[in-house]
Amino acid sequence: MRLVLAFLAAIGFAGGAAAGGSYPAVPAATGDPHPEGNDYWRLHHMDLLQHDRDKTVREGIRNLSPDDVAITASIGTCFDCHAVKDEQGEYVSFDDPRHFCRVCHDYAAVTIDCFECHRSTPANTTAYRTMAKPEDPDSIVAYLARLAQETSQ
Amino acid sequence: MTNRAEMTRRDILKSGAAASTVTLAPGVTLMAFGGTAEASSRADAGKRWGLLIDASKCDANCSDCVTACKVENGWGSEEELAGLNPGQAPEWIRKVTLRDKATGREVSAPVMCQHCEEPPCVDVCPTGASMKRDDGIVLVDRHICIGCRYCMMACPFKARSFVHEELTDQHVQAPRGKGTVESCNLCAPRIDSGRIPACVEACEKAGHSAILFGDLKDPDSPISKRLREYDSIALRDDLELNPGVRYTNL
Repeated sequence: MRLVLAFLAAIGFAGGAAAGGSYPAVPAATGDPHPEGNDYWRLHHMDLLQHDRDKTVREGIRNLSPDDVAITASIGTCFDCHAVKDEQGEYVSFDDPRHFCRVCHDYAAVTIDCFECHRSTPANTTAYRTMAKPEDPDSIVAYLARLAQETSQ
Repeated sequence: MTNRAEMTRRDILKSGAAASTVTLAPGVTLMAFGGTAEASSRADAGKRWGLLIDASKCDANCSDCVTACKVENGWGSEEELAGLNPGQAPEWIRKVTLRDKATGREVSAPVMCQHCEEPPCVDVCPTGASMKRDDGIVLVDRHICIGCRYCMMACPFKARSFVHEELTDQHVQAPRGKGTVESCNLCAPRIDSGRIPACVEACEKAGHSAILFGDLKDPDSPISKRLREYDSIALRDDLELNPGVRYTNL
């Protein structure tokens, strides 16, 4: 009986998917939508992510235009809008099927390895989200100014 | 709002391509969008970042640089080490004490990736994961690292380590994971955002200022001036790798 039910469920599921009726329940995101549109992102997010990963790691680009103070070329920014919380109000990690990446990837049976290295929940610090200001003590500018001061003394 | 999308891409969409994005999508390549926005943080080929470590200023009992590196990059936590054979422990930077057998003089200094101009780790990497950026920083692109560890064998400074076990809750600025090689990247994410490396900051805060950071290609930078004025050495100078990390009073 259980087998039959499972079979029926599978048929219903497949039929529903074919009719476009049973897509995965993608968690609602907050914030402004991507300017390219959701359909573009659904189709191309992997290319966009790979493009940005090469820009950041290999070319050292963290902000996307010269005057940009915000560091936006980071997989961490995805979590700003897409992170999912559980009943306790804690962010769910990639181990949880409700994680926003897993909802679709489980459905499509596509394995991703991003979170073997990257954290899968929002960062607990807001440092590294902006370029250093010259007055910051850990900025290269302030450091070189301190060295110049030492030399002159 | 500054979205991750570059202005070029946004402009294309504004100009009316948005409606046709879906149908055109299979033919639209990423290259059509990228490339025009010149970012200010790009690794600059006109620079070469380096360190000058003054062993006479380094306190043998201080390991603040190592601690700062661990905190910054999230390696070597007790939780991580608990599951590891000590020989497998990650080590991006370590304190080394040298003793002259004849005189008994002891000096202490940190050793990390030496950021060679001719890095053997890059020569041997079969995938291009071990790489040198335009600004001279040598690092592992773990996106394409297959964990073969040839680079660990090739490095004469034993600067690299391999992640043996699964990790969670990595730092957002320092992703690291099982099956890939890692090493000091001179805090590339910090440098890209205009900040000095964590070890340099920690050494200065500890009152030693034994690690001098700067641009080796700029003749007027403090590090270039110091190198010009005082005697310094490269570790394993015989290999002619021209490291970006140099030592003085060693």
